[in-house]
Amino acid sequence: MKRYLPFIIVAVVALATLGSGAMLYRAKRPQLLTIPEDKVLPGKGGAESMHIRGNPDAPVTLEEFGDFQCPPCGNIAVFIDELVKEYGPRLRLVFRNFPLPNHKYAREAALAAEAAGLQGRFWEMHDVLYREQGVWSKADNVRELFDSYAGMIGLNIDQFKKDIDEEKTKARVESDHERGDSLGVQSTPTVFINNRQLGPNDRTPDGLRASIDAALKQKS
Amino acid sequence: MTVSRFRTILYTVAAIVSLAGLADATYLAVQALTGETLVCGGSPDCFRVLGSSYAKVGGIPVALFGTLAYFSVFSFATFAAFGYVRARAFLILTIGAMFLVTLWLLYVQAFLLHAYCRYCLFSAAVTFLLAGLVIALPPSRESLESQDAQAS
Repeated sequence: MKRYLPFIIVAVVALATLGSGAMLYRAKRPQLLTIPEDKVLPGKGGAESMHIRGNPDAPVTLEEFGDFQCPPCGNIAVFIDELVKEYGPRLRLVFRNFPLPNHKYAREAALAAEAAGLQGRFWEMHDVLYREQGVWSKADNVRELFDSYAGMIGLNIDQFKKDIDEEKTKARVESDHERGDSLGVQSTPTVFINNRQLGPNDRTPDGLRASIDAALKQKS
Repeated sequence: MTVSRFRTILYTVAAIVSLAGLADATYLAVQALTGETLVCGGSPDCFRVLGSSYAKVGGIPVALFGTLAYFSVFSFATFAAFGYVRARAFLILTIGAMFLVTLWLLYVQAFLLHAYCRYCLFSAAVTFLLAGLVIALPPSRESLESQDAQAS
Protein backbone atom coordinates (compact mmCIF):
# COMPACT_ATOMS: atom_id res chain seq x y z
CA MET A 1 0.00 0.00 0.00
CA LYS A 2 2.85 2.39 0.95
CA ARG A 3 4.22 2.00 -2.55
CA TYR A 4 1.07 3.51 -4.05
CA LEU A 5 0.46 6.13 -1.36
CA PRO A 6 2.42 9.01 -2.99
CA PHE A 7 0.57 8.39 -6.27
CA ILE A 8 -2.75 8.47 -4.44
CA ILE A 9 -1.86 11.69 -2.55
CA VAL A 10 -0.70 13.46 -5.73
CA ALA A 11 -3.80 12.31 -7.63
CA VAL A 12 -6.11 13.52 -4.85
CA VAL A 13 -4.45 16.97 -4.79
CA ALA A 14 -4.59 17.18 -8.60
CA LEU A 15 -8.30 16.38 -8.58
CA ALA A 16 -8.97 18.80 -5.71
CA THR A 17 -7.10 21.59 -7.54
CA LEU A 18 -8.89 20.95 -10.83
CA GLY A 19 -12.25 20.61 -9.10
CA SER A 20 -11.96 23.76 -7.01
CA GLY A 21 -10.53 25.68 -9.99
CA ALA A 22 -13.46 24.58 -12.17
CA MET A 23 -16.00 25.50 -9.48
CA LEU A 24 -14.39 28.90 -8.99
CA TYR A 25 -14.34 29.44 -12.76
CA ARG A 26 -18.04 28.62 -13.06
CA ALA A 27 -18.85 30.96 -10.18
CA LYS A 28 -16.79 33.86 -11.47
CA ARG A 29 -17.21 33.68 -15.23
CA PRO A 30 -19.06 36.69 -16.59
CA GLN A 31 -22.78 36.19 -17.06
CA LEU A 32 -25.34 38.34 -18.81
CA LEU A 33 -22.53 40.48 -20.07
CA THR A 34 -21.91 39.54 -23.63
CA ILE A 35 -24.73 40.12 -26.04
CA PRO A 36 -24.30 38.58 -29.50
CA GLU A 37 -23.23 41.18 -32.03
CA ASP A 38 -26.49 40.94 -33.98
CA LYS A 39 -28.35 41.82 -30.79
CA VAL A 40 -26.44 45.06 -30.20
CA LEU A 41 -28.94 47.65 -31.29
CA PRO A 42 -27.81 50.45 -33.55
CA GLY A 43 -28.00 53.89 -32.07
CA LYS A 44 -28.50 57.24 -33.70
CA GLY A 45 -27.21 57.32 -37.25
CA GLY A 46 -26.50 53.58 -37.21
CA ALA A 47 -22.77 54.13 -36.67
CA GLU A 48 -22.96 53.77 -32.91
CA SER A 49 -24.47 51.07 -30.80
CA MET A 50 -26.08 50.94 -27.41
CA HIS A 51 -25.18 48.53 -24.70
CA ILE A 52 -27.74 46.08 -23.47
CA ARG A 53 -27.62 43.90 -20.40
CA GLY A 54 -30.22 41.17 -20.02
CA ASN A 55 -32.60 39.80 -22.62
CA PRO A 56 -32.32 41.98 -25.75
CA ASP A 57 -35.98 41.17 -26.60
CA ALA A 58 -37.35 41.92 -23.13
CA PRO A 59 -40.75 43.69 -22.97
CA VAL A 60 -39.45 46.32 -20.55
CA THR A 61 -36.44 48.55 -21.25
CA LEU A 62 -34.72 50.41 -18.48
CA GLU A 63 -32.59 53.10 -20.11
CA GLU A 64 -30.04 54.70 -17.83
CA PHE A 65 -28.09 57.87 -18.57
CA GLY A 66 -25.06 57.56 -16.36
CA ASP A 67 -21.78 59.23 -15.53
CA PHE A 68 -19.07 56.91 -14.25
CA GLN A 69 -17.77 59.55 -11.85
CA CYS A 70 -21.14 60.30 -10.29
CA PRO A 71 -21.52 58.51 -6.91
CA PRO A 72 -25.34 58.12 -7.10
CA CYS A 73 -24.87 56.46 -10.51
CA GLY A 74 -22.55 53.95 -8.86
CA ASN A 75 -25.15 53.25 -6.19
CA ILE A 76 -28.03 52.87 -8.62
CA ALA A 77 -25.94 50.60 -10.88
CA VAL A 78 -25.74 48.03 -8.08
CA PHE A 79 -29.45 47.65 -7.65
CA ILE A 80 -30.25 47.97 -11.35
CA ASP A 81 -27.95 44.99 -11.84
CA GLU A 82 -29.89 43.12 -9.16
CA LEU A 83 -33.17 44.02 -10.89
CA VAL A 84 -31.89 42.70 -14.23
CA LYS A 85 -31.15 39.39 -12.52
CA GLU A 86 -34.44 39.44 -10.61
CA TYR A 87 -36.66 40.11 -13.63
CA GLY A 88 -34.68 37.78 -15.92
CA PRO A 89 -36.00 37.73 -19.49
CA ARG A 90 -38.64 40.42 -18.80
CA LEU A 91 -36.19 43.30 -18.39
CA ARG A 92 -33.28 44.71 -20.33
CA LEU A 93 -30.95 47.48 -19.29
CA VAL A 94 -29.64 50.00 -21.81
CA PHE A 95 -26.76 52.13 -20.65
CA ARG A 96 -26.10 55.56 -22.15
CA ASN A 97 -23.02 57.62 -21.46
CA PHE A 98 -23.81 61.05 -20.12
CA PRO A 99 -20.53 62.39 -18.69
CA LEU A 100 -21.07 65.66 -16.85
CA PRO A 101 -18.58 68.50 -17.45
CA ASN A 102 -18.08 69.12 -13.73
CA HIS A 103 -16.62 65.63 -13.30
CA LYS A 104 -12.95 65.78 -14.28
CA TYR A 105 -12.54 62.18 -15.45
CA ALA A 106 -16.10 61.27 -16.41
CA ARG A 107 -15.57 61.66 -20.15
CA GLU A 108 -12.29 59.74 -19.98
CA ALA A 109 -14.10 56.93 -18.16
CA ALA A 110 -16.89 56.90 -20.75
CA LEU A 111 -14.26 56.61 -23.49
CA ALA A 112 -12.62 53.74 -21.59
CA ALA A 113 -15.94 51.90 -21.37
CA GLU A 114 -16.61 52.42 -25.07
CA ALA A 115 -13.07 51.33 -25.98
CA ALA A 116 -13.66 48.16 -23.95
CA GLY A 117 -16.97 47.77 -25.78
CA LEU A 118 -15.08 47.66 -29.07
CA GLN A 119 -13.47 44.46 -27.77
CA GLY A 120 -16.82 43.13 -26.50
CA ARG A 121 -16.22 43.92 -22.83
CA PHE A 122 -18.27 47.07 -22.24
CA TRP A 123 -20.13 45.72 -19.20
CA GLU A 124 -17.02 44.35 -17.54
CA MET A 125 -15.44 47.82 -17.80
CA HIS A 126 -18.73 49.47 -16.73
CA ASP A 127 -18.74 47.32 -13.58
CA VAL A 128 -15.11 47.90 -12.64
CA LEU A 129 -15.38 51.66 -13.29
CA TYR A 130 -18.32 51.95 -10.93
CA ARG A 131 -16.81 49.59 -8.33
CA GLU A 132 -13.46 51.41 -8.32
CA GLN A 133 -14.98 54.89 -8.73
CA GLY A 134 -13.68 56.06 -5.35
CA VAL A 135 -10.12 55.13 -6.35
CA TRP A 136 -9.73 56.45 -9.91
CA SER A 137 -11.74 59.62 -9.22
CA LYS A 138 -8.89 60.74 -6.97
CA ALA A 139 -6.02 59.40 -9.09
CA ASP A 140 -3.38 61.58 -10.73
CA ASN A 141 -2.93 59.35 -13.75
CA VAL A 142 -6.34 57.98 -14.56
CA ARG A 143 -5.32 56.59 -17.97
CA GLU A 144 -2.79 54.30 -16.37
CA LEU A 145 -5.46 52.91 -14.04
CA PHE A 146 -7.91 52.41 -16.90
CA ASP A 147 -5.20 50.52 -18.79
CA SER A 148 -4.75 48.24 -15.79
CA TYR A 149 -8.52 47.65 -15.59
CA ALA A 150 -8.43 46.77 -19.29
CA GLY A 151 -5.66 44.27 -18.62
CA MET A 152 -7.56 42.74 -15.72
CA ILE A 153 -10.73 42.17 -17.72
CA GLY A 154 -8.74 40.48 -20.45
CA LEU A 155 -8.56 43.17 -23.12
CA ASN A 156 -5.73 43.60 -25.57
CA ILE A 157 -4.13 46.58 -23.81
CA ASP A 158 -2.39 48.01 -26.89
CA GLN A 159 -5.63 47.91 -28.85
CA PHE A 160 -7.48 49.47 -25.92
CA LYS A 161 -4.97 52.33 -25.69
CA LYS A 162 -5.41 52.95 -29.41
CA ASP A 163 -9.21 52.70 -29.34
CA ILE A 164 -9.67 55.12 -26.45
CA ASP A 165 -8.43 57.96 -28.66
CA GLU A 166 -10.24 56.84 -31.80
CA GLU A 167 -12.92 59.04 -33.35
CA LYS A 168 -15.44 56.20 -33.39
CA THR A 169 -15.10 55.85 -29.62
CA LYS A 170 -15.67 59.57 -29.11
CA ALA A 171 -18.59 59.41 -31.57
CA ARG A 172 -20.27 56.74 -29.43
CA VAL A 173 -20.07 58.90 -26.33
CA GLU A 174 -21.27 61.95 -28.25
CA SER A 175 -24.16 60.00 -29.72
CA ASP A 176 -25.34 58.93 -26.25
CA HIS A 177 -24.99 62.47 -24.98
CA GLU A 178 -26.96 63.88 -27.91
CA ARG A 179 -29.73 61.40 -27.26
CA GLY A 180 -29.79 62.48 -23.62
CA ASP A 181 -29.92 66.14 -24.63
CA SER A 182 -32.78 65.46 -27.03
CA LEU A 183 -34.71 63.80 -24.19
CA GLY A 184 -34.04 66.68 -21.82
CA VAL A 185 -31.58 64.85 -19.59
CA GLN A 186 -29.75 67.33 -17.38
CA SER A 187 -28.37 65.28 -14.52
CA THR A 188 -27.29 61.75 -13.74
CA PRO A 189 -28.53 59.19 -13.11
CA THR A 190 -31.59 59.72 -15.27
CA VAL A 191 -33.69 56.64 -15.82
CA PHE A 192 -36.37 55.90 -18.39
CA ILE A 193 -38.61 52.86 -18.30
CA ASN A 194 -40.13 52.16 -21.70
CA ASN A 195 -39.37 55.77 -22.65
CA ARG A 196 -41.05 57.23 -19.55
CA GLN A 197 -38.69 59.30 -17.41
CA LEU A 198 -38.70 58.44 -13.72
CA GLY A 199 -38.77 61.12 -11.08
CA PRO A 200 -36.12 61.27 -8.33
CA ASN A 201 -38.44 59.48 -5.88
CA ASP A 202 -38.82 56.53 -8.25
CA ARG A 203 -35.07 55.92 -8.43
CA THR A 204 -35.08 53.78 -5.30
CA PRO A 205 -35.16 49.96 -5.46
CA ASP A 206 -38.86 49.94 -4.55
CA GLY A 207 -39.67 52.80 -6.91
CA LEU A 208 -37.88 51.09 -9.79
CA ARG A 209 -39.61 47.80 -9.04
CA ALA A 210 -43.01 49.50 -9.02
CA SER A 211 -42.29 51.25 -12.34
CA ILE A 212 -41.09 48.02 -13.96
CA ASP A 213 -44.16 46.13 -12.69
CA ALA A 214 -46.42 48.86 -14.08
CA ALA A 215 -44.66 48.68 -17.46
CA LEU A 216 -44.98 44.88 -17.49
CA LYS A 217 -48.69 45.18 -16.69
CA GLN A 218 -49.15 47.59 -19.58
CA LYS A 219 -47.43 45.16 -21.94
CA SER A 220 -49.53 42.18 -20.91
CA MET B 1 16.42 12.08 15.15
CA THR B 2 18.13 10.43 12.18
CA VAL B 3 19.21 12.43 9.14
CA SER B 4 16.86 10.37 6.98
CA ARG B 5 13.89 11.17 9.23
CA PHE B 6 14.82 14.87 9.27
CA ARG B 7 14.88 14.88 5.47
CA THR B 8 11.48 13.19 5.32
CA ILE B 9 10.05 15.85 7.65
CA LEU B 10 11.50 18.64 5.50
CA TYR B 11 10.03 17.13 2.32
CA THR B 12 6.66 16.80 4.04
CA VAL B 13 6.80 20.44 5.19
CA ALA B 14 7.75 21.49 1.64
CA ALA B 15 4.74 19.59 0.26
CA ILE B 16 2.41 21.27 2.76
CA VAL B 17 3.88 24.75 2.13
CA SER B 18 3.53 24.26 -1.63
CA LEU B 19 -0.20 23.69 -1.15
CA ALA B 20 -0.52 27.30 0.08
CA GLY B 21 1.22 28.50 -3.08
CA LEU B 22 -0.95 26.20 -5.18
CA ALA B 23 -4.16 27.68 -3.70
CA ASP B 24 -2.91 31.25 -4.24
CA ALA B 25 -1.80 30.61 -7.83
CA THR B 26 -4.98 28.70 -8.72
CA TYR B 27 -7.13 31.57 -7.42
CA LEU B 28 -5.16 34.11 -9.45
CA ALA B 29 -5.22 31.89 -12.55
CA VAL B 30 -9.03 31.59 -12.39
CA GLN B 31 -9.29 35.35 -11.88
CA ALA B 32 -7.13 35.95 -14.95
CA LEU B 33 -9.10 33.48 -17.07
CA THR B 34 -12.49 34.91 -16.13
CA GLY B 35 -11.53 38.60 -16.11
CA GLU B 36 -12.98 38.92 -12.62
CA THR B 37 -11.86 42.14 -10.93
CA LEU B 38 -13.16 41.73 -7.38
CA VAL B 39 -9.82 40.17 -6.45
CA CYS B 40 -8.24 43.64 -6.54
CA GLY B 41 -11.18 45.59 -5.13
CA GLY B 42 -10.02 48.95 -3.81
CA SER B 43 -6.33 48.32 -4.48
CA PRO B 44 -4.98 50.24 -7.49
CA ASP B 45 -1.55 48.65 -7.00
CA CYS B 46 -3.10 45.20 -7.38
CA PHE B 47 -4.75 46.32 -10.63
CA ARG B 48 -1.44 47.78 -11.84
CA VAL B 49 0.32 44.46 -11.34
CA LEU B 50 -2.34 41.93 -12.34
CA GLY B 51 -3.59 44.11 -15.19
CA SER B 52 -0.12 44.74 -16.60
CA SER B 53 1.36 43.12 -19.66
CA TYR B 54 3.82 41.31 -17.35
CA ALA B 55 0.94 39.28 -15.89
CA LYS B 56 0.75 37.25 -19.10
CA VAL B 57 3.31 35.42 -21.20
CA GLY B 58 2.22 34.71 -24.75
CA GLY B 59 -1.38 35.37 -23.71
CA ILE B 60 -1.18 32.80 -20.91
CA PRO B 61 -1.56 34.11 -17.34
CA VAL B 62 1.67 33.86 -15.33
CA ALA B 63 -0.48 32.53 -12.47
CA LEU B 64 -1.29 29.45 -14.55
CA PHE B 65 2.44 28.68 -14.80
CA GLY B 66 2.57 29.22 -11.03
CA THR B 67 -0.19 26.66 -10.54
CA LEU B 68 1.75 24.10 -12.56
CA ALA B 69 4.98 24.93 -10.73
CA TYR B 70 3.47 24.59 -7.26
CA PHE B 71 1.75 21.36 -8.23
CA SER B 72 5.09 20.01 -9.50
CA VAL B 73 6.75 21.00 -6.21
CA PHE B 74 3.99 19.27 -4.26
CA SER B 75 4.34 16.10 -6.35
CA PHE B 76 8.14 15.97 -6.20
CA ALA B 77 8.20 16.71 -2.44
CA THR B 78 5.63 13.98 -1.81
CA PHE B 79 7.58 11.42 -3.81
CA ALA B 80 10.83 12.54 -2.18
CA ALA B 81 9.28 12.08 1.27
CA PHE B 82 8.47 8.51 0.28
CA GLY B 83 12.08 7.88 -0.68
CA TYR B 84 12.05 8.39 -4.44
CA VAL B 85 15.62 9.56 -5.04
CA ARG B 86 15.08 11.08 -8.50
CA ALA B 87 12.20 13.24 -7.21
CA ARG B 88 14.69 15.05 -4.94
CA ALA B 89 16.69 16.33 -7.90
CA PHE B 90 13.56 17.44 -9.74
CA LEU B 91 12.34 19.20 -6.59
CA ILE B 92 15.56 21.18 -6.23
CA LEU B 93 15.57 22.10 -9.93
CA THR B 94 11.94 23.23 -9.88
CA ILE B 95 12.33 25.32 -6.74
CA GLY B 96 15.54 26.83 -8.14
CA ALA B 97 13.71 27.88 -11.32
CA MET B 98 10.80 29.27 -9.30
CA PHE B 99 13.21 31.22 -7.12
CA LEU B 100 14.74 32.91 -10.17
CA VAL B 101 11.32 33.69 -11.69
CA THR B 102 10.19 35.11 -8.35
CA LEU B 103 13.23 37.42 -8.26
CA TRP B 104 12.33 38.64 -11.76
CA LEU B 105 8.69 39.23 -10.79
CA LEU B 106 9.72 41.14 -7.67
CA TYR B 107 12.05 43.27 -9.81
CA VAL B 108 9.15 43.98 -12.21
CA GLN B 109 6.90 45.04 -9.33
CA ALA B 110 9.54 47.16 -7.58
CA PHE B 111 11.26 48.86 -10.50
CA LEU B 112 9.03 48.66 -13.56
CA LEU B 113 5.50 48.86 -12.22
CA HIS B 114 6.26 50.57 -8.89
CA ALA B 115 3.38 48.62 -7.38
CA TYR B 116 2.99 45.41 -5.42
CA CYS B 117 0.18 42.88 -5.41
CA ARG B 118 -0.46 41.12 -2.11
CA TYR B 119 -1.17 37.76 -3.76
CA CYS B 120 2.12 37.99 -5.66
CA LEU B 121 4.02 38.86 -2.48
CA PHE B 122 2.42 35.89 -0.75
CA SER B 123 3.55 33.63 -3.58
CA ALA B 124 7.05 35.09 -3.37
CA ALA B 125 7.12 34.36 0.37
CA VAL B 126 6.05 30.76 -0.25
CA THR B 127 8.76 30.29 -2.88
CA PHE B 128 11.42 31.77 -0.59
CA LEU B 129 10.27 29.45 2.19
CA LEU B 130 10.50 26.47 -0.16
CA ALA B 131 13.99 27.57 -1.21
CA GLY B 132 14.95 27.83 2.47
CA LEU B 133 13.70 24.30 3.11
CA VAL B 134 15.70 22.95 0.17
CA ILE B 135 18.82 24.70 1.45
CA ALA B 136 18.20 23.24 4.92
CA LEU B 137 18.14 19.69 3.53
CA PRO B 138 21.15 17.73 4.75
CA PRO B 139 23.18 16.20 1.90
CA SER B 140 22.03 12.74 0.89
CA ARG B 141 24.14 9.66 1.61
CA GLU B 142 24.87 9.27 -2.12
CA SER B 143 26.26 12.79 -2.43
CA LEU B 144 28.32 12.39 0.75
CA GLU B 145 29.80 9.16 -0.65
CA SER B 146 30.66 10.85 -3.93
CA GLN B 147 32.33 13.72 -2.00
CA ASP B 148 34.35 11.18 0.02
CA ALA B 149 35.40 9.41 -3.18
CA GLN B 150 36.55 12.69 -4.71
CA ALA B 151 38.48 13.61 -1.54
CA SER B 152 40.33 10.28 -1.42
